[in-house]
Amino acid sequence: MKEKNKILWKRIKQQKYLLLMVLPGMIWLLVFCYLPMYGCQIAFQNYRITDVLGTSDWAGLKWFAKFFQDPSFFQVMKNTLGISFLKLLFGFTAPIIFALLLNEIRNLKFKRVVQTLSYLPHFLSWVILGGIMITWLSDTGVINRVLIAMGVLDEGVSFLAKPQYFWGISVISEIWKELGWGAIIYLAAISGIDPSLYEAAEIDGANRFQKLWYITLPEISGTIAILFILQVGGIMGSNFDQIFVLHNALNDPASNVIDMFVYKIGIGNANYSYATAIGLFRSVISLLLLLIANKVTAKLEGSSLF
Amino acid sequence: MKKKLKKVKFFDVLNILIMLLICFVMIYPIWFVIVNSFSQGTEVLKGGIYWWPRAFCLENYAAVFKNKEIFTAFGITVLKTVAGTVTSVFFTAMVAYGLSKSYLVGRKFYMVFGIITMFFSGGLIPYFLLIKSLGMLDSFWVYIIPSLFSFYNAIIFMTFFRNIPQEMEESAKIDGANDFKIFLKIILPVSGPVIATIALFNGVGQWNDYFTGVIYITNEQWLTPIQTFLYKIISENSSTRIVANMPASVRNSMVTSTTIKYATMVVTTFPIVCVYPFLQKYFVQGIMVGSVKG
Repeated sequence: MKEKNKILWKRIKQQKYLLLMVLPGMIWLLVFCYLPMYGCQIAFQNYRITDVLGTSDWAGLKWFAKFFQDPSFFQVMKNTLGISFLKLLFGFTAPIIFALLLNEIRNLKFKRVVQTLSYLPHFLSWVILGGIMITWLSDTGVINRVLIAMGVLDEGVSFLAKPQYFWGISVISEIWKELGWGAIIYLAAISGIDPSLYEAAEIDGANRFQKLWYITLPEISGTIAILFILQVGGIMGSNFDQIFVLHNALNDPASNVIDMFVYKIGIGNANYSYATAIGLFRSVISLLLLLIANKVTAKLEGSSLF
Repeated sequence: MKKKLKKVKFFDVLNILIMLLICFVMIYPIWFVIVNSFSQGTEVLKGGIYWWPRAFCLENYAAVFKNKEIFTAFGITVLKTVAGTVTSVFFTAMVAYGLSKSYLVGRKFYMVFGIITMFFSGGLIPYFLLIKSLGMLDSFWVYIIPSLFSFYNAIIFMTFFRNIPQEMEESAKIDGANDFKIFLKIILPVSGPVIATIALFNGVGQWNDYFTGVIYITNEQWLTPIQTFLYKIISENSSTRIVANMPASVRNSMVTSTTIKYATMVVTTFPIVCVYPFLQKYFVQGIMVGSVKG
């Protein structure tokens, strides 16, 4: 035992510089990732802003019960899951379809130009994109002018002031921003496919669509699976950066997602314990969803995160 | 045979049309903002400026650059983007270099310690309270220290470092250099591509981040970055105030709160649009390396 300790000490001494380089990173993780996790205990306490962390009196599951009984609970869950589900359905598949279509373009120069332009919106912030959308979707905005000119509408509609349009706006604008960027990874996967597979298929007389269906798609299914797991893990999130910009008092019934609710309760009303409980609920469900998706795809597809 | 050829051709044409439409949808909104930002305020209010500026003028930009608030916000944004990116890239690379050595004592523990943080977080409120208790509310440090490290980026660095030939480090070791020196003098100079990738991810992230400014800057308004400033213009219509603050010589029919908004948006976006086509190759690399992780 003593001998073992001695060897360990020797190794530590030998790599002291390496260890000293790793240490700051671990301290950073401890402070900025693990301390907030430790801080989650206030979800089970009656925390007041003057309290020192860990000394507040315990409240059991009071805040969780409050959330489940909150009149907003149903609305918040419906908005979060609704927006996320639509984003999963359309936002997740759109880049795959785009990558497959782009891959069929034969002129390489044109292909490159399209690809480069397609991820321009990814590099713009949600403030810029949101600003454009708020202007365009207003009752005198571009969208209304076009719709009126086409005869679809008689008079301008203030789209962002009407809750019934919010989910659609949120999903479509996210596709707009991330379509090209999301496709990069699939295009990379496609370019990694062994060309002899296509040659063999051509000899067998397969046409383009058959090649796409029987070779390209199965070959990139592993990539699709991994990204699917990650997206499912984000279901409880529904992109706060975006919703925070597009949210307003009028569309609140449709845009009040969990993150928005946490923000309003925690930062707005300074009700820290309650907001933390809701946030913790969200984090735990997210983790569970990720693990479930990981298990399911591992079974079906053979691809998994861990 | 002929029929088949026709069908394929039809698909090709349709596909090209779809791609052109996508390109249009991606570029046009930005073009719209640009042409409106170069038009006179009263004309913009009348609307219908779609393809080319009407009553071309530069007064909107003059107003933006003369405005002290916007100018400061710009300075803060440039400063935090440069300082935040440099420190974060160096810090993350340093930690990642240590972690990339398979013989490191306790490596498995550090890895698990880091990976957990990629999938679980304490949430907004505990994080907010932490930042508050660290005294970083209304402080420039809030842009730098909390974004100093990212385990995800560390993994990208590690993947790269492991492919650097061992011989280079070994010969330096024989010459008596310690690991930190090796990292500085040998590893960093050959890591150009991965440094560029991470620096760009960080840089764009810093430049585009508005939420930090919304939530952590409450009293010291001069610390507001440009994106947060724009967020406030968009959500609270505070650009009216900017117009009201302008000298009477500028405050005429040429400039309105709407055109100020457009001009600020263009100025804010300009650096990114200039940079991204040249550097996209690094981004693509970065996303690839990140995906190899598994």
